[in-house]
Amino acid sequence: MIKAILIFNNHGKPRLIRFYQYFAEDMQQQIIRETFHLVSKRDDNVCNFLEGGSLIGGSDYKLIYRHYATLYFVFCVDSSESELGILDLIQVFVETLDKCFENVCELDLIFHMDKVHYILQEVVMGGMVLETNMNEIVAQVEVQNRMEKSELCNQN
Amino acid sequence: MSDVVEKTLTALPSLLSLDSHPGSAKLSSTSKLGNLIRGITELTSKHEEEKLIQHELLAIKEQVSSPNTTMRQMKELMVRSIYCEMLGYEASFSYIHAIKLAQQGTVLEKRVGYLAVSLFLNESHELLLLLVNTVLKDLQSTNLIEVCMALTVVSQMFPKDMIPAILPLVEEKLNHPKEIIRRKAVLALYKFYLIAPNQVQHIHNKFRKALCDKDPGVMTASLHIYLQMIQENPEAYKDLTPSFVTILKQVVGGKLPMDFNYHTVPAPWLQIQLLRILSLLGKNDQSTSEVMYEVLDESLQRAEMNHNITYAILYECVKCIYTIHPKSDLLEKAAKCIGNFVLSPKINLKYLGLKALTYVVQQDPKLALQHQMTIIECLDHPDLIIKRETLELLFRITNGQNVTVIVEKMLEFLCISEDDHTTIDLVGKVAELAEKYPLKYNEWFIETMNTVFSLGGDMMQPDIPNSFLKLLSEGFDSVEEDRKLRLFAVNSYIPLLRGEPGKLPQRFLQVISWVLGEYSHLREDLEPAEVLSLLAKLLDMKNSSSETKSWVLMAMTKLCKGGADASVTQEVSETYSSSLDTVLRQRAHELQYLSQDPELRARVLPRGAKPETLEVDSSLSFLDRFVSEALAAGAAPYKPPHQRQEELDQSKALSLEPYGLSLPISMSSCSITDRQSPTLLSMSSGLSGDTLKLDGIKRVWGREGYLAQREPVEEAAQVEVPSPIQSPGRQGEGDSLHSQTPTQTPTPEPEQEKQQLASSLFVGLASQSSVSLMGKSEPMPQRFRRKAKGQGLGSSFIANEQISSSLISPPSAVDNLLCNNLLDSNNASELAEQTSQLSQSLTTANGTCHAEAELTESDTKGCNPALRRDNCVVAAGPGPHNDPGRLTEVCLDSYLPAELSGLSHSEIAPLCANQSLNLSACHVQKEDSLILVVFIMNSSESAIQQIPAGEVTSYSVAVGQYSLTVKRPAVHVEVVGTVSYQLPAGTSQSLQFSYKVPLTSFIRPFVVSTEEYGTMWLSFSHDTKQNLTLINDNQEPLTATLNALKKKLQLHVVEVIGMEGIVACRLLQDLPCLMHCRVNAGWLAVWLRSPVPDLPDCLIYHCQRALQSL
Repeated sequence: MIKAILIFNNHGKPRLIRFYQYFAEDMQQQIIRETFHLVSKRDDNVCNFLEGGSLIGGSDYKLIYRHYATLYFVFCVDSSESELGILDLIQVFVETLDKCFENVCELDLIFHMDKVHYILQEVVMGGMVLETNMNEIVAQVEVQNRMEKSELCNQN
Repeated sequence: MSDVVEKTLTALPSLLSLDSHPGSAKLSSTSKLGNLIRGITELTSKHEEEKLIQHELLAIKEQVSSPNTTMRQMKELMVRSIYCEMLGYEASFSYIHAIKLAQQGTVLEKRVGYLAVSLFLNESHELLLLLVNTVLKDLQSTNLIEVCMALTVVSQMFPKDMIPAILPLVEEKLNHPKEIIRRKAVLALYKFYLIAPNQVQHIHNKFRKALCDKDPGVMTASLHIYLQMIQENPEAYKDLTPSFVTILKQVVGGKLPMDFNYHTVPAPWLQIQLLRILSLLGKNDQSTSEVMYEVLDESLQRAEMNHNITYAILYECVKCIYTIHPKSDLLEKAAKCIGNFVLSPKINLKYLGLKALTYVVQQDPKLALQHQMTIIECLDHPDLIIKRETLELLFRITNGQNVTVIVEKMLEFLCISEDDHTTIDLVGKVAELAEKYPLKYNEWFIETMNTVFSLGGDMMQPDIPNSFLKLLSEGFDSVEEDRKLRLFAVNSYIPLLRGEPGKLPQRFLQVISWVLGEYSHLREDLEPAEVLSLLAKLLDMKNSSSETKSWVLMAMTKLCKGGADASVTQEVSETYSSSLDTVLRQRAHELQYLSQDPELRARVLPRGAKPETLEVDSSLSFLDRFVSEALAAGAAPYKPPHQRQEELDQSKALSLEPYGLSLPISMSSCSITDRQSPTLLSMSSGLSGDTLKLDGIKRVWGREGYLAQREPVEEAAQVEVPSPIQSPGRQGEGDSLHSQTPTQTPTPEPEQEKQQLASSLFVGLASQSSVSLMGKSEPMPQRFRRKAKGQGLGSSFIANEQISSSLISPPSAVDNLLCNNLLDSNNASELAEQTSQLSQSLTTANGTCHAEAELTESDTKGCNPALRRDNCVVAAGPGPHNDPGRLTEVCLDSYLPAELSGLSHSEIAPLCANQSLNLSACHVQKEDSLILVVFIMNSSESAIQQIPAGEVTSYSVAVGQYSLTVKRPAVHVEVVGTVSYQLPAGTSQSLQFSYKVPLTSFIRPFVVSTEEYGTMWLSFSHDTKQNLTLINDNQEPLTATLNALKKKLQLHVVEVIGMEGIVACRLLQDLPCLMHCRVNAGWLAVWLRSPVPDLPDCLIYHCQRALQSL
């Protein structure tokens, strides 16, 4: 199970937060801060796995992250997920964002936070990996976009 | 930062143009979000941000509560509140509006509403109840996107109590024509299974169907469920192993559409999932493991090292190979694979390599030897995570010889680690090692523990100091050794207290004061007065906790002797005898009195006392009389906290149960008889000290570990390993280790250092005798041994083995079904294959049932029996009964397998026959299963080939056993099967049969307490009611009727209260059915409830029959 997905920038500003397990609001913020603290001090030439952040559930949990330009993508998972599998899932997710936003940058995530959430919903559902095929994900998002457009046309 | 702002500004116009809507509201609001974001990026301090957001929230609040706000504006406002919430500012006022938006908006607005709800609320939030209706409506919508949204929100969070309300709708979606809906429905059901497993008990069939779905995506989703369920109960899913193997084979073989490839690797995530499932299934199970060897080998070979994701598959593969029953050539390949990981320059792979090694060395410690230089390098790796993982690995290979070096490395790491979690974990491990191998390193042991206590501080597990003190006090065999150990501890503590005790953690201070109190007298040159004053200093420290203080006071009580010490103790006891803390006050008074009365003190706290056994009556039975008196006086019976909580929850939650049921759970049912049930438990606690709580502490290292001298015959070989210097043999090994290292002499200085380290770390790994030193490595040698035994057994055993493997290897019809769906292969050829061999015949039969029930959903058979093969087909030799004329049913009796012959079995009924074969069958009721025994009798002159038992010679009988389970209850369960066989002439033939078993054969008594019955009753959803005739020939018709039913149907009468009785039974594998009977106007009104559909109806039929036949 994926317990949480956090995206924040190099300064620790959250860009997308999705918890699949309940944490109180202040706890969530603490987790974001601690995760940022842990992740940001790691060089680029060390491994992408972190173990046992004390906040989000101890030794069974792992942080798997990737750093892209200004953004950190962090997945917090339990032992039932494969480390390398998740690492590539992050890649798939980012590539999908790139395809949907055409050259995605941090700003897209800021201004279209809701859209990013919708895309994420097609990749991970309730903490379970739903789809790993980028074309499938994009197709699902496209369906929603078409609906959006047609609705806008109807209103005009 | 400035360029971000700049980019923001340039991005804004394009954003606005994206929303082509001309409405001014939209325009202004979009710029509002833009303004907000821009505003935040320009801020410099947290404080300013807070002010800005509060202001923003006020504005949003005002707008959302205004009646003029349109749904569309609401949508935009929601996005803004989501943004604020993400930054950590609560926008609770908007929660209700998010729900409203999801309820009333158009599809797009709904989408925002659902998103906001799923981000804002949690499963137990009360507002969520308002969403249930919306979800219900959307699940029934014809708009696919609405259905998807509803399923998504349901899988994110849904109130547990409301699951029954939407369950049928979600189940229905499993048959939806769109695969994306099916896939989402499967995941939603998985989520339900996680939060309320008993709610989805009855849909296991549907999970199976999802596994056989023609869309691989849906099948992948269903693996989530199977992984979870197999983890919980691997035994129940062994029959699916061939199916999983077949799927994996097809995936690895590239049979899936190209769409599923990721970087030319076919469906890697699916492969990973399958490998995990297989490793769970094959664990400790040789026959199941054998099924998967081939495909594992193939996966290892197919995975080319071209991408990250292939390593992910390889890693799982290796783990799987080492988890299941071992096969030597696979192990070899896997070991080679681990080498690729460990030696990889990529740091992620190195990490996984270390992890794999850690996993593997428990079974094969020699593997660590091969990679010793890499491991040494990793120990000095700049990445702390790698370093930690290496230490974890070393922890697993610790033995009596390398323990000091490894512990030293761990302590080094502890000094630089900043992460609390790591510290706690590592401290525990060091303590475990130190206690496991103290041997002759007394001083080392104490010193290590001192470091552990000072580094671990107050975060460490409380059982570490406790077990340390226990060790110290219980002592070992040699009095002299004990004395030395304790003296050394005292010696090391005194300087610590003289130094700066304020810096020591509280736990350490407690340990020190206890040890000084007990053992400081061992050091003769030490005046008690000095110890007392040192201890008194601890009391004065500001940061001493009151717990520490009471430990100190206890120690002082043990030490004080009057005379010169009197002034110190007097002062201390006076200070604390008026303390607000009652414990401290008590200790202070004790100190005061005992210091004045040496005789009493000697009696209460005898010096050097051996631990005595304390008897603890944990059931508090001595209070029973008091309880019964109180109950008699009308007190309410005691309910444990969890029950009270449950009742509270139940009264709070919405009731989905119909009204009007008066359950026979009365006060009287919770009488004292229940309360007496906890048995008297005597516990031996090994301490003379009074504040130490030692019960429940894990004994990591105890008497056995140290008592090498006491049991030299058994223990010496394992524990007393001579040190390298003393033993020339070991020395030789050390040398060979040297020569194994890749770089030969001459080596540069640092390299030599490393090699030295290597030889000290990996010493003792190569020899078999020291392998057993490692507690954790034991399972593996055992497994090897078992395997060897298997090979060494007589030929009969091997023959049997072959039979069982031949039974497994052909694909069963379940696979065929899968193949059909997955790959559109030819149906007819499958059918031909089905009957091709006799050895698989019954499985095939079973599979046919499956296929019929699942594909056509027809009820023609009214049942869906699943045969689980027991793998025990026994070939009975011709024996004395080989006269054809005498091969009657009576004779068949004697062919019953020995383990079943003691049990009652039904009459052996002839099934069918042709010129060469005679089939008969009976069923045997075992306590937890129903066994179908099929007798295959060869009535011809010639031998018949390829019967399950291999060959059946002329006029002999082969017997097959099959364990039956019921998937869907029916009044009678019908088993249909085919036996196909080969005549010597080479012609294949088959024989079909069917066999009927009444449902009652599957019913077993179900022993529950009245309370359990009560809670279960409420949770079961399928029920039926009927009036039955009472037996009237007795004074008590109810008891008589219930007893009759009990006798006929194997029910369990839970309790009879007045005119009501409650009865429980179960259908084999824990499918319960509860029965509530009440005498009403000459009839017995019976109400049956069960989580299984149809079970109540079928059971009531049998009840009726049972009573009529009387």
